[in-house]
Amino acid sequence: MTTTTFPATVPVTTERSSLVKAASDTMAITWRNLLMLRRVPQLLVFSTIQPVLFVLMFRYVFGGAIRVPGVRYVDYLMPGIFAQTVAFGSINTGVGLAQDLGTGLIERFRSLPMARSAVLAGRTAADVVRNVLVVALMVSVGFIVGFRVHTNAAGLLAAVGLMLLFGFALSWVFALIGLATANPESAQAAAFPLLAPLVFASSAFVPLKSMPGWLQVFAAHQPVTITVDAVRALVLGGPTLRPVVQMVAWAVGLIAVFAPLAVSRYRRAA
Amino acid sequence: MTTNHAPHDGPAIEVESLTKRFGSVVALDGIDLSVPAGTVFGLLGPNGAGKTTTVRILTTILQPDGGHARVLGLDVGREPHAVRASLGLAGQYAAVDEHLTARENLKLAGWLTGQPRASARARGEELLERFDLTAAAGRVAGTYSGGMRKRLDLAVALVHRPPVLFLDEPTTGLDPQGRGDLWELIEELVAEGMTLLLTTQYLEEADRLADRIAVVDNGRVVAEGTAPELKARLGSTIIDVGLADPAAAARARVLLEPFGPAEIVDGTAVEVNVDDGARALLQIVRLLDRERLEPETVAIREPTLDDVFLTLTGRRAEASGGAAPDTNDRGRARRRGAQRGAA
Repeated sequence: MTTTTFPATVPVTTERSSLVKAASDTMAITWRNLLMLRRVPQLLVFSTIQPVLFVLMFRYVFGGAIRVPGVRYVDYLMPGIFAQTVAFGSINTGVGLAQDLGTGLIERFRSLPMARSAVLAGRTAADVVRNVLVVALMVSVGFIVGFRVHTNAAGLLAAVGLMLLFGFALSWVFALIGLATANPESAQAAAFPLLAPLVFASSAFVPLKSMPGWLQVFAAHQPVTITVDAVRALVLGGPTLRPVVQMVAWAVGLIAVFAPLAVSRYRRAA
Repeated sequence: MTTNHAPHDGPAIEVESLTKRFGSVVALDGIDLSVPAGTVFGLLGPNGAGKTTTVRILTTILQPDGGHARVLGLDVGREPHAVRASLGLAGQYAAVDEHLTARENLKLAGWLTGQPRASARARGEELLERFDLTAAAGRVAGTYSGGMRKRLDLAVALVHRPPVLFLDEPTTGLDPQGRGDLWELIEELVAEGMTLLLTTQYLEEADRLADRIAVVDNGRVVAEGTAPELKARLGSTIIDVGLADPAAAARARVLLEPFGPAEIVDGTAVEVNVDDGARALLQIVRLLDRERLEPETVAIREPTLDDVFLTLTGRRAEASGGAAPDTNDRGRARRRGAQRGAA
């Protein structure tokens, strides 16, 4: 038998070069996901229609009936709307991954010499960029309907930063759900019952005091309330350190739990 | 990124006693393969035979339960990253991003395989040209025909010049024109010295492209050889004689036995595997006429995968011809398992 000798390309990976490669792969996937956002702008448009409707509904329909002591309702409402928008927007991460699984794209990625974490990191990073657009739009909508920042621009920017961090943390939760369901419709369906109680049984739209006592216990200690309270403190005034630290702790905790779970799920996904 | 070039002697692809189960269903039941470098190897079998599972293990997408698989001497389980750097995969579904243009799909693949930007761009243009996609390169892939998508999928798999290429049912779902185009492209790649493992349900495809063919059934290799070797076991042409009733068919079968393996199909038809189709056809018609057995139909045809299976396994392949392209090995294996369980 004839033996043929030919070169096999074997990458020599050191820790540094593999980190650089992981960052480069993540950028590649982020680039691809952002291109998709540009190609299918409907994705962005439709996901902002619902929160805009909520703004109009709560500002002009229910708002008159809701009394929050010491603050105009529109100023109280908008931080809640921001959190709601970002929370529901994070479903996108799961839906997008489920789609990529379905089309066989992830299978191809898994056969490429690329970092295992990049598909997920690139997806969640692109969703952060997406959230920048969505939050900017919702802040503008807020200004149009009469929302005013009581602190200053730095407070608003810090609040936007918190919203992005919150969205990023939730993206990892939905990354796991998207990979586990492996079907865009199921990922979407699984998300709503998970998010609805968090978003609505929170301080987003009404003060906790208006809820029954047992519900207040849940509402006061869940991440949406904590995020909304931190954002309110930053844009409306009041002590900020405690709510911000609590919120960041929640976000870091969610990422620390769900990012490794999602990556491990991705490794096994087939 | 630095790369070194580790020379490798011996087979480009080696598979030893590979096993894989999905739950209670055995997808691979001890597969052995050896593919010399620079040759084309065809895995031929019906849906659910284990072809795709084998490819998925060799391309590091799946872990085997047992056995060994090596690509260029590298163990796919122990050194998956190095294996990935040397292989290209084009799967059944043409996994291109349909929201990206052809050029962007190629850029993404170049980026992810760690190619320097400039050379990746040049390589991308070269592949677009070669695969006749230049004119459509700026359009999103979602607007492409099935044949164009498959060509783009293949181009994407070649961006990093892998020495080993895996093609999983490359022409499933294509029309004859698209199939012919793709065959020509594949033949060009092979002429350049690439090692190729392809799976197919079409005997004609394996015959045209592969140096050696392994026939796979139920997770096992049931026959292996060159196309002429397999055909020699099969007879190169099939003559199909339809008769009036089972008694006539039984008589005809005995009469036609000397021409080659003959058997009764569907009660009233006789199929004979012959070597020289035209001559045998003439002789068979004359013989039947002499014996006053008037056939209702006489047909001559090339052997199909079904015939290979009938000969090799004594039963018909469950699926033949154009199977749905949206199924996968694992799902099929599950369904087959379920059917078997219910039977």
